Amino acid sequence: MAEDISLAYNSEETIISKANFSVSSGDFVFITGASGSGKSTLLRSFYGALRPENGSLIVGGVEVNNITNARLNFLRRHIGIVFQDYKLIKDWNIEKNVALPLLINGYAKDISDIQVDKLLNHVKLSHKKEKYPQELSGGEQQRVAMARALAHNPILILADEPTGNLDDYSSRLIWNLLEGANTQLKATVVIVTHHIPEDLGVSYKHFNIEGGTVYEIS
Amino acid sequence: MRSVKNHLSLIIALFTIVFTMQIYIVIERTVSAYEKDLNKNYSIVVVTKKSVKPEALVAISPTILAAEELSTKKVLEHLQSQMKQRHIDLLKLALPHFYSLHLNHYPTPDEIVSLRKKLQKNQNITRIEDFSKSHDTIYKLLLLYKSISILFAIGIFAVTSLLILKEMRIWQFQHNERMSIMAMFGAPVWMRSAVLFRLSIVDAIIASILAVGTFAYADFIHIGSEQLHEIGIDVLVFDTLNDSLLIFGVALSLSIILATLIVIGHKEEV
Repeated sequence: MAEDISLAYNSEETIISKANFSVSSGDFVFITGASGSGKSTLLRSFYGALRPENGSLIVGGVEVNNITNARLNFLRRHIGIVFQDYKLIKDWNIEKNVALPLLINGYAKDISDIQVDKLLNHVKLSHKKEKYPQELSGGEQQRVAMARALAHNPILILADEPTGNLDDYSSRLIWNLLEGANTQLKATVVIVTHHIPEDLGVSYKHFNIEGGTVYEIS
Repeated sequence: MRSVKNHLSLIIALFTIVFTMQIYIVIERTVSAYEKDLNKNYSIVVVTKKSVKPEALVAISPTILAAEELSTKKVLEHLQSQMKQRHIDLLKLALPHFYSLHLNHYPTPDEIVSLRKKLQKNQNITRIEDFSKSHDTIYKLLLLYKSISILFAIGIFAVTSLLILKEMRIWQFQHNERMSIMAMFGAPVWMRSAVLFRLSIVDAIIASILAVGTFAYADFIHIGSEQLHEIGIDVLVFDTLNDSLLIFGVALSLSIILATLIVIGHKEEV
């Protein structure tokens, strides 16, 4: 829930101004807007990478404005993030990349292995688990990033343009996974995108950003 | 390949530092052994009008370890063939007393001056011979030897520190992304930094093993110790236990400081 939040990278240039919106647990949310409108900035504030200049932002019951590092780490362990540029660890193989949230959350090795195998199977990359990110195509890397975001069954999934540069096959796989996370795992899903797919199988909320203001589109 | 190269840079830098440190330790030991040797053969001779107890001379300065009277017997025996016994007896009565003062360490030129002043205050002492001319020459050479070794160590330390700083920047760049990604998934600082610490500790251990191996081998084939023995100095070039512990300690501390600086300097991507 956001109340009058303003976001800026430096105090002179405000990107989001006095935004008010609410996202409930289990919602499927799209945030749209023109390039440079502040979509990604808003998403970053949800995982505490950018703190609101003022107002109040509550994520998963935790106010992120003045959150301590320890509490922020705890919050992030319950969030799965998908970045447009994948952000995979280059010197780790695919299997280890997907297992990252499980490692951070202290899962036992055997449970982690089962979960990673299951997710790599879902994203159709079981055969490439020993490969390194740079050996995969963009679409494949995004599917790995998606598997990593889902690995620890997060309560909140944040995705920044998850299908921005992908082919139809990879895009469809990603949307299916996001829908599945929402319907089966009851995770709240917040997606920043330019295009909302027409054939989406879930109901969703839609926020649009224009001129630094966040509007809900009914 | 690039990773191996980066590892090598840190290993070489750490090896150079611990190697230089050990060389400096050997020089220090040599100088110290030489000082001890000089001190063993060094004494100040004082001449007194009347006989004094050696304890009274020792009490003049804490630097004086012991005092012993030098016998005049040999001198008188030498004169016996040239002088009459009566004259010898008279000479015996008139002859001053000679004392050799042994010091508890090899004195600096300033200490000799200070000691001479203290001795001169004693009315009974008529003459002091401190052999300062020969002392000064030897001591100055010793100090020069020490200074050169310190300059050498500082120079090497400065160059290798620059190398390590350069290495640190490369590592910071390499590890920054991984640490940021881990942070975004809620990894605590220790977990984000674990890989970095592990790598730097491994490098420190490799550099230490190389240094310990080099010195242990040099000691085994008597490089250095033999040459020093030839000039009358017996020193331990490599103390297996203590020196190994010191080398490991210094290398590990440096690499941990390096990793800590990288962790402190890490800025999370937003």
